[in-house]
Amino acid sequence: MTANSKETIERLEKISSQVRRDIVRMVSAAHSGHPGGSMSSADILVALYFQVMEHDPQNWDRSGSGQDVFHLSAGHMSPVLYSVLARSGYFPLSLLGGFRRFGSPIQGCPSVDGHLSGVVQTSGSLGQGLSAAAGFALAKKIDGDEHFCYVLCGDGECEEGQIWEAAQFAVNHHLDNLIALIDWNGQQIDGPMEDAAGEEAFPRKWAVYGWKVLVADGHDFGSILEAFGEARANRGTGQPTVILFRTEMGQGVDFMQGTNEWHGKSPSEVECEMALSQLEETMGDYPDEEIYE
Amino acid sequence: MKKYTNRGLKLTRSGFGDGLLEAAIENGRIVALTADLRDSLHMDAFADRFPERFVECGIAESNMIGVAAGLAIAGKIPFAGSFAEFISGRVYDQIRQEIALGQANVKIAASHAGLSAGEDGATHQAMEDVALMRALPGMVVLNPCDYTQTKAATLAAARYDGPVYLRFGRPVVPDFTPEDQEFEIGKALVLEEGRDVTLLATGHLVWEALEACRILEEKGVEAEVIDVATIKPLDKQTILSSLRKTGAAVVAEEHNLSGGLGELIAGLVVRTNPVPMEFVNGGDAFGQSGTAEELMSWAGLDAGHIVRAAEKVMSRRK
Repeated sequence: MTANSKETIERLEKISSQVRRDIVRMVSAAHSGHPGGSMSSADILVALYFQVMEHDPQNWDRSGSGQDVFHLSAGHMSPVLYSVLARSGYFPLSLLGGFRRFGSPIQGCPSVDGHLSGVVQTSGSLGQGLSAAAGFALAKKIDGDEHFCYVLCGDGECEEGQIWEAAQFAVNHHLDNLIALIDWNGQQIDGPMEDAAGEEAFPRKWAVYGWKVLVADGHDFGSILEAFGEARANRGTGQPTVILFRTEMGQGVDFMQGTNEWHGKSPSEVECEMALSQLEETMGDYPDEEIYE
Repeated sequence: MKKYTNRGLKLTRSGFGDGLLEAAIENGRIVALTADLRDSLHMDAFADRFPERFVECGIAESNMIGVAAGLAIAGKIPFAGSFAEFISGRVYDQIRQEIALGQANVKIAASHAGLSAGEDGATHQAMEDVALMRALPGMVVLNPCDYTQTKAATLAAARYDGPVYLRFGRPVVPDFTPEDQEFEIGKALVLEEGRDVTLLATGHLVWEALEACRILEEKGVEAEVIDVATIKPLDKQTILSSLRKTGAAVVAEEHNLSGGLGELIAGLVVRTNPVPMEFVNGGDAFGQSGTAEELMSWAGLDAGHIVRAAEKVMSRRK
């Protein structure tokens, strides 16, 4: 089976539909959370966890040694991370019911305090994850570990200055095992990214810093897999790669799509049902009741 | 008494550099990062010997903290070094999110702490960093007093599994810690025993407290001197047992009042066995340019002021 065969793409699309159902259900049940960015980046992370990444959920530890590492920099996109981790087998699906609940390891933003399998580092304060991912990538270089480090950042998050400190660092330290994924949905809390920081120069900024820049359609698995393939093939050049995934906030549900309204808003029960009616249940929903200590 | 003599003036930061090299020879997991201050932090010897384990981050402290955290999670023991101000207040959120939450095994090497940073002026004189760092759950805060103790503290930090804020200074100061003394994190050291008053000091003020002890002895006062090299976790037992004996305490530090060692010990004392206390610190003010000596004297961070505080606190004792 080639990387982007029809069967692969159909399989990934099925998983994505279920992951989006998980996101909507988690955020709705918690009465808070961030569905917009989770749904725009769902296809990226599904492709990563279910096709691209070399990882072993059963033999995972926080050091990421001997495996590919993924770090979510935009911590508020936790619903999509928790869903792909659970669906990959890092922890039981039943934990998803505890999203944002008191005492649950499934915290509002990813936390390492609960020793949740698959979460390498805390995130939530924006702009910091690219630095930590550069640290992981550098450690792999020092140790001669041939695996990759992936990090997902929001586009709005790239307004933080530290992202560009890290961008400079990764180039200067030749971290060609570092692949940054940007969920370029063009929306943020206060409105369009265009108004907050400008969009037109976004790809050029990365290029000027010295990154290999790829632009892909973040909702087309063919395009996503091709970009991942190209990024991985870039190892050996000494240059880190960024993939700018063009996406739609709230992708998958018509009334949530293409607007910043659902950045940090939870669907009501009725809205949740409406949303779920547009997302096929392909792998079985996680159980409603919370089962966690 | 008089167990401690000045063997000569030395840099605390060269104690850090020597400790780092020794620790790195001992343990291949140790890496060092700096934000364009390799020489100031005496990381040269390390960088020359272990170039593959030395990470120049450029003038970008926020990123350095994140990279250090990533390295630590991946199994390295990173020492990230800069001036105290730029590696505490400037990057407080990065330290909180990336290191303290999750207890990443990063050692924050904070040089040029306090007023004695000198001529660069108030911008470079961290007098609030202890308050910030000790507010973070699980953060160990060390403030060694001289070359030898800074070297020992660096070795201890390397062996300890968890985040450490290691604070030291810029100028040369008397070197008096015994060379064979191991640094035990969480242990305050009774340097001089006395029954009349307890002088608790940290960092550069420890030598001043020893000087104050000598002056007080000439006046017939037996002062107990305690080197509080670990600010967090505080050695409550050693401090409280001394205060039970003397019933009066002076706390001296090269740090402002808010959130410093003085407030920390006062908080402990009021919860246990209240005794009168006096404080020698930077108060609630910023510094200015000057030599280390001029500034310490201007702010009253010296033996003379510790003596006056000791006399005052003894007079307040019922």
